[in-house]
Amino acid sequence: MINKKVENVDIALKGVKDNMTFMLGGFGLCGIPENAISKLVSLGVKNLTCISNNAGVDDFGLGLLLHKKQIKKMISSYVGENDEFERQMLSGELDVELIPQGTLAERCRAAQAGFPAIYTPAGYGTEVAEGKETREFDGKMYVLEHAFKADFAFVKAWKGDAAGNLIFKGTARNFNPVMCGAAKITVAEVEELVPLGTLDPNQIHIPGIFVQRIFQGAHYEKRIEQRTVRIKI
Amino acid sequence: MLDKTGIAKRIAKEVQNGYYVNLGIGIPTLVANYVRDDIEVEFQSENGVLGMGPFPFEGEEDADIINAGKQTITTLPGASFFDSALSFSMIRGQHVDLTILGAMEVAENGDIANWKIPGRMVKGMGGAMDLVASAENIIVAMMHTNKKGESKLLKKCTLPLTGVGCVKKIVTNLAVIEITESGFKLLERAPGVSVEMIKQATEGALIVEGEIPEMQF
Repeated sequence: MINKKVENVDIALKGVKDNMTFMLGGFGLCGIPENAISKLVSLGVKNLTCISNNAGVDDFGLGLLLHKKQIKKMISSYVGENDEFERQMLSGELDVELIPQGTLAERCRAAQAGFPAIYTPAGYGTEVAEGKETREFDGKMYVLEHAFKADFAFVKAWKGDAAGNLIFKGTARNFNPVMCGAAKITVAEVEELVPLGTLDPNQIHIPGIFVQRIFQGAHYEKRIEQRTVRIKI
Repeated sequence: MLDKTGIAKRIAKEVQNGYYVNLGIGIPTLVANYVRDDIEVEFQSENGVLGMGPFPFEGEEDADIINAGKQTITTLPGASFFDSALSFSMIRGQHVDLTILGAMEVAENGDIANWKIPGRMVKGMGGAMDLVASAENIIVAMMHTNKKGESKLLKKCTLPLTGVGCVKKIVTNLAVIEITESGFKLLERAPGVSVEMIKQATEGALIVEGEIPEMQF
């Protein structure tokens, strides 16, 4: 077993510097790497480029980094839940690149899988395709989209072991698996770091080869953005 | 004239047995409530779940189980979770049978605009561009006119596009319209709505052939 376990978030984020590009898992506030984000806030690293489907809310998730003006550029598909984001975007403080959600996923996956670029039909004929190479396959038009290049990927899983194997829960899976191994260093935080050998190899979602550092996360808040319920009759 | 619930009820009739369906945010989400009980349908949400169920009972919400609108949901027996790349493989790979989404504008040729108003806050396209670029069967659910009373069914979209030539059918508070090679073809009228009213509310060319029946529910 090649040991990926590190003792805490401080060691897990070693090497993080200003001007770096990060991938951060999560959809809305679901499945975000809460511990890594908190640490990035306290480290105070600046001029970051963040690749993440959303940008958190005002006081949680990536909103915490936005609030401290640590982010220079966001690459996301949807950013509608965040007033501070809107203020910084409209004032020109923050550079924003909005891209289709499936394209975001596939540009991560391409980086993970060793593809320099992929063709997708998403965005063809729209401003998303402006300046990009397009090509026809079997009568349909596609846009060439390049794999992301990132320094760190911060992902959050439900369970993991010292070998770096990961299992996700529910829709907290989302972008986390496709970001594993898509950056130079992948840092996984888990709710439960279980003893080696207790995870069933048949049930592993991400094999440890894609993960460089894994640590036991703490104090997961798991905030719910839209609490919707039905009444028991 | 229909309200949003009425639009959802009419669209629910388009959902057929064995369909995998992706529902957008807003009116499309309501469609799930009105699908016939005697058919089997699975709802996909692009954040990574197939086999979505109703909202959870109070106290049973799970922060790790949400839909694309970030609402807490439940899953039904046979449901599955997956990552975002696999989710869009279902969409891009045309495994999803029906996509229902909202729009700000639709053009006679099937172009759709629903993600950006220049000069205003831009929230992003989310999964809409992937959905409209790949889905074979796209139904737009929207009001026939905007808040200023201007038609949303246009000769040409004025807003930045989400996709080109992709919409097949539109269900509004006034009508059911099919997009054909020659433009908007009127299929049905909402209860109490005349063909003349629909014509007036439609900027693009409206094709009216023969008697136009009233919607049945």
